[in-house]
Formats: sequence, structure tokens, C-alpha cells
Amino acid sequence: MSITAYEPGASQLLMGNEAIARGALEAGLGFASAYPGNPSSEIIGSLAEVAREMDIHVEWSVNEKVALEAAAAASFAGVRAIVAMKQNGLNVASDFLMNLNLTGTNAGLVLVICDDPAGLSSTNEQDSRPIAKWAELPLLEPATFQEAKDMTKWAFELSEKIKNVCVIRSVTRVSHARGDVRLAELMPPGRSAKFAPTMLGQFTPLLVTLKHNMLHQKVKQAREAFETSDFNWYTGPEKPELLIVTCGSGWYYSLEAVRSLGLEESVGILKLGTTWPLPEKLVQEHLARTDKVLVVEEVDPFLEGNLKELVGETFSTLGALTFYGKRSGHLPTIGELDPDKVMGAIGTILGRERAAVDADYAKKGQDLTQSLVQNRMIGFCAGCPHRATFWSIKNALKLDGRGGFVAGDIGCYTMALGPSGFFQIKTVQSMGSGAGLACGFGNLGKLGFGQPVLAVCGDSTFFHAAIPALINGVYNQANFTLLILDNSATAMTGFQPHAGTGASAVGEPAPNVDIEGLCRSLGIRVELTDPFDLQDTTQKLLDLMQCDGGVRVLISRRKCALVRARAEKAAYKVWVDSEKCRGESCGCARLCTRVFQCPGLVWDSERQKAKIDEVICSGCGVCADICPASAIIREAA
Amino acid sequence: MNEKDPLNVIVTGVGGQGNVLVSQFMGRALVRAGYHVTIGETYGASQRGGAVMSHLRISRQAQYGPLIPFGQANVILGLEPVEALRVLAQYGNPAVTVITNSRPVYPLAVAIGAARYPTVEEIMTALEELSSRAWLINATDIAVELGAPILANIVMVGALIGAGVLPLGPEEFELEFQESLPGDRLEQNLKAFRRGLAEAKARLPATPSA
Repeated sequence: MSITAYEPGASQLLMGNEAIARGALEAGLGFASAYPGNPSSEIIGSLAEVAREMDIHVEWSVNEKVALEAAAAASFAGVRAIVAMKQNGLNVASDFLMNLNLTGTNAGLVLVICDDPAGLSSTNEQDSRPIAKWAELPLLEPATFQEAKDMTKWAFELSEKIKNVCVIRSVTRVSHARGDVRLAELMPPGRSAKFAPTMLGQFTPLLVTLKHNMLHQKVKQAREAFETSDFNWYTGPEKPELLIVTCGSGWYYSLEAVRSLGLEESVGILKLGTTWPLPEKLVQEHLARTDKVLVVEEVDPFLEGNLKELVGETFSTLGALTFYGKRSGHLPTIGELDPDKVMGAIGTILGRERAAVDADYAKKGQDLTQSLVQNRMIGFCAGCPHRATFWSIKNALKLDGRGGFVAGDIGCYTMALGPSGFFQIKTVQSMGSGAGLACGFGNLGKLGFGQPVLAVCGDSTFFHAAIPALINGVYNQANFTLLILDNSATAMTGFQPHAGTGASAVGEPAPNVDIEGLCRSLGIRVELTDPFDLQDTTQKLLDLMQCDGGVRVLISRRKCALVRARAEKAAYKVWVDSEKCRGESCGCARLCTRVFQCPGLVWDSERQKAKIDEVICSGCGVCADICPASAIIREAA
Repeated sequence: MNEKDPLNVIVTGVGGQGNVLVSQFMGRALVRAGYHVTIGETYGASQRGGAVMSHLRISRQAQYGPLIPFGQANVILGLEPVEALRVLAQYGNPAVTVITNSRPVYPLAVAIGAARYPTVEEIMTALEELSSRAWLINATDIAVELGAPILANIVMVGALIGAGVLPLGPEEFELEFQESLPGDRLEQNLKAFRRGLAEAKARLPATPSA
């Protein structure tokens, strides 16, 4: 169901990200851009679905900085624009953002940042909210699905009022959860876009201190608007024994905790939707009615710190307050919150401990299930080209024998740091940093370094951030091989198209940027391989690793197995010839099931033979090449 | 029909089994019927063999948060039997209903021969000890019979609706199929759904006709 499928007034089950997108459409959105990254991807994804129908521009940008720049240009030209990114993406965009805040904007520009507490689909659990304080931009945090929509709509108005970016900060449990949302009218955008600055140097840093002062005034304006905002509300007694101050995902957890403990008469909840700058008068009014405050938020004590700052400034009127939260140790400073953690904190503060689960049942549950329930490691899918590539990498590095290693990057292939990719990846930081690190490793020769260096990146990551590192390596004559794992998709985040797929975000044909041609234009050696051809890939890797100096590129090209399964039939029917499989007595030490670990290959412990799980096998046929006894048979399907 | 408010349902399985699809489908039908629905999902591991779980909170009165507190599930729908057990130990209570597909998806540790998958008897004993009602449904076998193993999730939805543990009946869910699926997929999905309903009916005590 698209986000425009229902009539205004109807309730629709929307993901938090879809609600944000719908809110933008109700505000007259004309331009939307993002680089995919969970938990933010569906904001632009759901807008792309309706872009043609709404006649607006929606794009997957090459990275978050360009996405923000493109959206800012739309704003400069009088078009309401939204840009969405995950927390890591904000870091990429922040250089531009820390200047855009000074120059300001024209039409409403909303920056949505989706944080991922516990790093459920991320490499960190960065709390992005300090950017609002740092860049002096107003910060909104939706707590409900309805609010995600309504707040986004309002954010455009606020942005336009103060002529600056408005930041919305969501988290996984808002962005990737679903709830019923009542829809309002869609508003088509105006069609009179024009770039026409109204003063000299309006969109430049001309007169930095003057612009900095204007920025302070804009924050003041935002604070005034926040004092009367409908996104802040209080529920509870007039003089609560304990006041919970919360925002975002913390709201439902707090509400549930107070209800479950039956403390509605003694514990109050001040729910803030506008968290920076703080609506100081409103907050002070509530702080004055209690002497105990619990702050419930994800991940860092950001709100807690700002509240304490305010209390510090107004200590003479507010009197003594005891704060509980992350700093006091009542709530964790890492990972996600949940209703039970909030119940635990309230219980400890008020001396009303309660067992969340009946102790006997909990013990019985543990006793009965512990031995039966196995952990599920995530890994590459059946038929994933990455498994084949890393198999060849492992073998090539072993044959080379000089202690070579792989600097990794961000994408599905990051999982090669685990058993699924034979533990081959040794470093993972940010997008493009595999190639960046290789630039350094590859220039340590003078300092005694003698290991071959491999860097890997996916096709989408290549466009995002690896190109500057590759050019740096060429220019500075670093000694490394860059492996581009081209699976023709941004697979990890949901198969979004990118510059190399030949399709635009809205599903129209687009120019296909040729990775191979681009690399060749740098005057370096570039090879292509099909990862399913293990022998050829291993040989090419060995050749490239052993050639002297400079940057070399190997493009390992094969479509993502999941994309392939949607469009094509399996290439092979694969089975194990149980006459030929010698099991444990083979001497291969169960290379197929123990080492290669494709989920389609199963060790039948009763029969002591390998077998193929036909429901899972994707028919790629690669395992037939690794069996030393030729017991795995592949036959054209 | 279930009168609990909020009604807490957990759908669980392994990435790639259609967990998200099931929870969304049920959620849409319930919202259409005027319920407040919240669905919290584990997402990161979907498609990649990880354990996945959707929390559904269904209420006539209010919207609830995306995470069910420990020990407070009313119904657990398992698309994979060991996943149903995993969820039960954390979110179950003596009154919970568990309906699960009997077909295992082996964890990698089992597939590679480093760990043992429990027997059907072991699973059934644990499920029965920890719930007020536990059903094992051969949903994958039924789906294979219908020509598409992926439809096991729809067979399971049918069994859940047939068990009468949600506040809506089969007609309302069939309407949702008709609204949300294209013609060529509609027939097959309805077939799977009805096979699930029949599985439930066969397990319910016969009710005397009025």
C-alpha cells in the first residue's frame, strides 16, 4: 500500500518512516533525497514510489553530503525539501550542515536523522542529537506514528519561519515500527522554483559573526515556538512524587511502565517533542512541582544534560532536585530501552520493586528451552556471490603466503568478519574506509611493512566514498588491490538502485555509471572476474597481489542472489551423490558444511553425509567446485 | 474471540520466512476494522538467517508501544518451532497460546553439524509445559503441496485466525487479501489461508450447533 493509497480522514497502518514521508507530502513537498541506510531507508523509498503520481523529484543520492546539498538547493530555490539519513550518514553530511546553518535556507528544509540504538543494523549506536545543539538547529523527536507525520508537516513551517534547517531525530523503534495514523489532505507543491537571493551573499559565509548572531536569534525564535507546541504534553497528578521527562521512543515505554506499576496517581510524565532548544518556561513549570526527576531517553543522556544545564541556571528559584537516569545508573547508557527497564528504574527509585515475570514460570522456561534453543548467527544468503569471493580471497591469501589481509567496508560483505566470510575482513569503520586504510597500509613499505593489502567495497559504497580514496591511492602510489564486489544493488538496505544500476529511484531508466571504465580512466590495471568461477578469481587475485606497486582493481561482478531469485530461475539443480560423499572419512574435514557454510548445505548427522536443503538452495552450483570428492553434483536446471 | 485489551501477539520466525509480511497483513486488517495497532519489528537480520520477531499490540482504546514487556504475550505465532520456543521463554506466561509451524529452519550451527536440533517430541513437551494451548501445524508441507513453500506463513495466519485468538474473523482477513493482492496471487494466498483455517478447525473442540 503506498502512502497515497488512502483518502484523507482514513486511518492507515504506516511505518514510522512512511508517516514521516506522508507528513512531508501533506506539507507540499517538492524535492526529496537520501543515501539509503537503515533505519532511515523507507522515507525516501516510500516517496520514490509516489514521485511520478505527485510529480515531485525524489532521488537516491550518491552519499549523504550530496543528498543534503541537493535538498538545500531546492530550498534555496523556494521548493520544500526533505533529506533523510542514518546516524552514520549525518557524519558524512555534517561538513555541509555546519555551514548551511549559517547561510540559512529559504523554503522549508527538513533533515531527518534516524538513529539506531543498539546498532541493530549499524556499525555504531551514535546518538545524533548533539548535532542540533552544535549546529544550533531546532530538534524535534516524534514519539508516536501520528506524531511522526504531524511533526514532519510542522517542521516545514518552522523551518520556513526561522529560515533554517529543522532537524527531526527518529530511532529504530519509531522508524521501523508501524501504527495506525489518521491522514490529512495531500498538498501539491508550487511550480515556480527560482533561485533569487534577497540580499548580498545570502547563501555564502559573508560576514561570519553577523550570520552567527542571526543563528542565535533563529534559535530564540524556535524556542518561543516550542513553548506552546502541541508536541509537548504532561500526564499525571498535579504534584508528582516522581516526574518522568521523556522523548521519542521513551514515551510509550514510560507510559506502559507507569500503568503496569499502577502508579498513575503518583508518577507524572512530561513528554517533550521539542527537545532542543528546550522550552524552558514549560520545563521549569513542571520541575517546580516535584523534587525527583527521572529522564527516559535513547541513547546518551542528552536531554538529561540539557535539563541539568537549565536547572543549574535557575537553581535559586527551582530549589533542590534529584535527577535519576543514565548518569545515576538507573537506566543503561548503552543499547535500547524497553518498558521493563523503565519499570525497573521507577521501582528502584520509589522502593517498589516488582518481578516482571512470575519467578517459577521464568525458571521453568529457562530449564525447558535452554538446551533446545540455538543461537542463530547471521551470514551470507544461499547463493550469495560474496561467499564465493571471500572463498577465493581466503585461498589466494593462503597461496600468496606473505600475511596479506583484507581492509573491509560497509555493506552485506561486512559479515565476512565472521564465519560466513571465513573471518577474512580485519578492519571495518566507515563507508569507503577500507580503501582509505589501504592507502596508508600501502605506503608503509619504507617502514618495514611487507604484507599484501586488499581492500574491499561494494558497488554502492564505491560510489559513496571509495572513489576519493582510490584516487588518493593512485596519486600517492600506494601499494594495494581494491576489490569491488559489484552485486548490482544496495543489498544490505533493501536493494535500492544506485548510479551503477541503470535505474533511478523512481524506477525510470538512468545513465549507468561504468565502474570499470571509471577505474581504467585512472590509468591503473583493472581486471574483471565472475566470483562463481573460483579458480579464475583466485588466480586473478594472486596475480594482482603479486604485481609490483601502485593500485590495482579487481571487479568481482555477480548479481545479488536475492535480486537474482526475483528475476531468474535457478541455474542448476544441485544434489549430493551419497555414494561419492565419504563424510568424516574423506579427509576434507567436511569442507562443504563445516567451512564453506552455505545455509543450503546441511550435515546429515544420522547418515553422516552432506546433503542439500532444496528449500534453501538457490542453485548457484558453487559448492560443486569445492568438494574434493566431486560428490556435489550440479546439473543445468 | 479474544477480549483482552491490549492483546499482545508475537509473530516469530527466521529472516526470509515472511514474518514482516504476516504482521503487516494482520495489522492492516485490524486497522480497517477500527483497532489501534502497533507493530514493533526486529529488522536488521531479516533475509539473512537471523531470528526475527514482530510484536503486535492490538487495542480498542489506545495506541501501545512497539515492545511487549517480558512475560506479557497473549499469543505466539511461530513460523519456525524453535523460534516459538525462544520467544516463549522470554515473553510467555501460563495463559499464553502458541501456534507454530512444525518445519525447522536449521540454525547454521545445526546445518554444519556442530549442534543438535531438538526432536518434535522435545519441542512439543516444552511448548505444552509453558502454555495453556500449543499447536504444531505442518504449514510448510501444506504450502509445498500448494506449490509454493513461502506460503507457509499464510497457512499459519489461517491457523491463527481459525483458532479464534484474534478479535476478527476469517471474512475480515479475506477482505484484506482481496484489497491488497493482485489477482494471480490472490487465489493461491486464499487457498493457503483456508487450509490454515481448516487445520485450526480440526483441532478445536466441536461446538454444538445452535
